[in-house]
Amino acid sequence: MASVTYENVTKRFGEVVAVNNMNLEVQDKEFLVLVGPSGCGKTTALRLLAGLEEVTHGNIYIGDRLVNDIAPKDRDIAMVFQSYALYPHMSVYDNMAFGLKLRKTPKAEIDRRVKEAAEILGISQLLDRKPKQLSGGQRQRVAVGRAIVREPAVFLFDEPLSNLDAKLRVQTRAELAKLHLRLGTTFIYVTHDQVEAMTMATRIAVMRDGILQQLDTPQNLYDHPGNVFVAGFIGSPSMNFFDATLVESDGQLFVDGGSFRLEVPEDKIAPLLPHKGKEVIFGIRPEDIHAKPFVPPGIAKADMKADVDVTELMGNEIFVYCLTGNKSFIARVDPRLRARPGEQIELALNMANMHIFERDTELAII
Amino acid sequence: MVGRRQTWGSKAFVYGTLLIIAFVWTLPTMGLLVSSFRSGDAVLASGWWTVLRNPAKAELSLDNYRIVIGSAGGNSRLQEKIRRGQENIKLWSAVLNSLTVTIPATVIPILIAAFAAYGFAWISFPGRRTFFIGVVAIMVVPLQIALIPILRDYIKLDLNGTFLGIWLAHTGFGLPLAVYLLYNYISTLPRDILESAFIDGASHFTIFVRLILPLAVPALASFAILQFLWVWNDLLVALVFLGAQNEVLTQRLLGMLGTFGTDWHLLTAGAFISMLLPLIVFFSLQRFFVRGLLAGSVKG
Repeated sequence: MASVTYENVTKRFGEVVAVNNMNLEVQDKEFLVLVGPSGCGKTTALRLLAGLEEVTHGNIYIGDRLVNDIAPKDRDIAMVFQSYALYPHMSVYDNMAFGLKLRKTPKAEIDRRVKEAAEILGISQLLDRKPKQLSGGQRQRVAVGRAIVREPAVFLFDEPLSNLDAKLRVQTRAELAKLHLRLGTTFIYVTHDQVEAMTMATRIAVMRDGILQQLDTPQNLYDHPGNVFVAGFIGSPSMNFFDATLVESDGQLFVDGGSFRLEVPEDKIAPLLPHKGKEVIFGIRPEDIHAKPFVPPGIAKADMKADVDVTELMGNEIFVYCLTGNKSFIARVDPRLRARPGEQIELALNMANMHIFERDTELAII
Repeated sequence: MVGRRQTWGSKAFVYGTLLIIAFVWTLPTMGLLVSSFRSGDAVLASGWWTVLRNPAKAELSLDNYRIVIGSAGGNSRLQEKIRRGQENIKLWSAVLNSLTVTIPATVIPILIAAFAAYGFAWISFPGRRTFFIGVVAIMVVPLQIALIPILRDYIKLDLNGTFLGIWLAHTGFGLPLAVYLLYNYISTLPRDILESAFIDGASHFTIFVRLILPLAVPALASFAILQFLWVWNDLLVALVFLGAQNEVLTQRLLGMLGTFGTDWHLLTAGAFISMLLPLIVFFSLQRFFVRGLLAGSVKG
């Protein structure tokens, strides 16, 4: 059990900056998810912590211990790889016991820990098998089991679910979250899938181009994204963005997108006033766009008309791809709506959940 | 329809070619084998294929083998024959010498090359690429060029004519190819496995012994076959470095050619004995052989 600290950490591969001046504090017993598109440096950040890469600048601490120059095996970590990296010629038992044997753990203790981990993961009946005789899900469990038996201070996961099929991924996601509660150890988990991040994390660190964009709880990231990138990355389908201008008329503030004009609710006016007359980016999530007449009561609604382009029925909801002006956006509406492509529909936007970003810096204003 | 006929035609071509090649390669070996069981007079009187025409009349025996191995036993007729040949051929001792040369000359380069291949593939050190290219480039140097300089050194070091000398010579000549073959295989092992072992607490040596060697068995076996066959069939290196006191099989066969130049029945028996062990080695390891050679290029 330990905290983890990245202090001004930079990693360069030749000319490429993979991790750029990263500062991050992971608290003890936290489930921290590093998320971002591929090539954003999240895996490199994890490998730096594991000791598989050396930092170019900066310091990494596990607990209070500076680990920059400490070998991977002495960092008290265990890592689960995307490919699982099981030793193909060893049985499941030997795979799990390998690290303990190298550390000269007594035989009885090894046996106890392996059996206990196998019990937790439900792979007790597979201990004699070789990796190639296992399914993908079973291999994944063995990889996790190999990490568990080591009883490390920090668990590192590098996209451990990406080789599983969709159904198994959902199931394993829940199991990993449960495992985190049960073990009470720090988990650091890398993924490109924002759903995994949202469902499992205590806090999420969003990365892009080697730079840490925002670090917060899943709910706060969803409600208050710090910039356009985070806003677009978290949530599925992703947030709609429109180029717009803030205009005042009749003592009211409006978001003017050319083909639409939306009234800003009163409690949002104050922070926006300094940006009056300026060009901004208006963001609204698909779930905050409702189709008339199925508008929930009590929302700060603003009306808008749009043409239907395509509809996708999901069963419990419909994704409507709409056009306003030349701009396409998605609404997530009540399944009772009967909208056909080419029709015009009336929408109501919940302006209480709107987002406004500066045009040039892409930083959030509200 | 056209497509199907084409596949049939190309299949026939492939199988036809294979049959011809197999026939052309097997025929002399067949002749060798049959002749080695016939008496000296019969070999000189008629071709070996006459035996196939009338197997019942042919007088086949193991006498030739008894003579060349030198185990005539109490058979006085054979002993007489051996004495007439002025010396006991004793191919058996040459077989032992050949084994004494071949086994260490196969094992030593494999061990060294496996270490080197692992280092080149997975340990980063300055000049790694240059070194590796250097080692591989040595493959283009014909070993004949090296014979005389090495012989001079051996004479100074008193290694000439010793088994150690020829082991080292074969090791040196075999290493570049061995390093190259094993590097190709070992460098394709998944990086994750090694990194996982590092985190598990393994040193480079542990990783080499516990992971790399077991996983590289196909490559090791394929090189072992190559090197074994090369050393076993080698005459030149043995002539230069081993000399007369510990004659290997190829040297002894050469000697027989002088002494028994017209005794084809004995020469064929000796030749067949020299083929026997390579055949056994090849057939017992051949499933690794193909896999090992393909392993670097084909994934999975």
